[in-house]
Amino acid sequence: MSGAPLLPQWAGFLVGLLLLSGAAVTLVGAIGLLRFRSFYERVHAPTLGSTIGMALILLASLLSVSTGQGRPVVHELLVALFVTLTTPIALVLLARAALHRDRAEGSLRVPPERDEDGQPQSRPESRPLSRE
Amino acid sequence: MSAPAHVPVLALAILLSQLLLGLAMACALWRIIRGPRAQDRVLALDSLYTTAMLLLLSYGVATARTLYFEVALGIGLLGFTGTAALAKFLMRGEVIE
Repeated sequence: MSGAPLLPQWAGFLVGLLLLSGAAVTLVGAIGLLRFRSFYERVHAPTLGSTIGMALILLASLLSVSTGQGRPVVHELLVALFVTLTTPIALVLLARAALHRDRAEGSLRVPPERDEDGQPQSRPESRPLSRE
Repeated sequence: MSAPAHVPVLALAILLSQLLLGLAMACALWRIIRGPRAQDRVLALDSLYTTAMLLLLSYGVATARTLYFEVALGIGLLGFTGTAALAKFLMRGEVIE
């Protein structure tokens, strides 16, 4: 086994290019996960992999299977739809949980909760700014 | 259009992209170990399973079998449930109230 499917020349090049660029974008997102300073910056980074990286690799898979079987095979779109629907929901839930935890600790690095008029509420137990 | 054949560049491209995805998984794993807080670990876990799903899809391209695609779909489904449950736990201290 050579580790590559039987494909026409043009499809082979295109699939390889799509796979490589998708993997590279995902790696850039993962490096961002390592390098950013705070959680609220880090939460943006891995979405590179779950949007562009996911789309490029699924496109490569779709092209490879379709040309390999000689008919359009689109079940990869199912994964694309699912990841596109679930990733923002999961990350918004996570960011809200993190904000809740930071506020409960009285951290001064996150904005305070606001009431109905949009006025910032007084913090329950304000602590002096801690260098962290 | 040329006849179907093994394109040698494609095998190299698949191997290279698998290496890049493996490196991305190592980055996420390092963030899980380092933390510093629970929400960072959950975020890194989310990133880890997404990257694992992409890696499985690249195996699917290499072997031209649909088995890997089905596993990737399963990871996508279960990973979302896991992240949502963990976020709920961080928010309230309970998963099911």
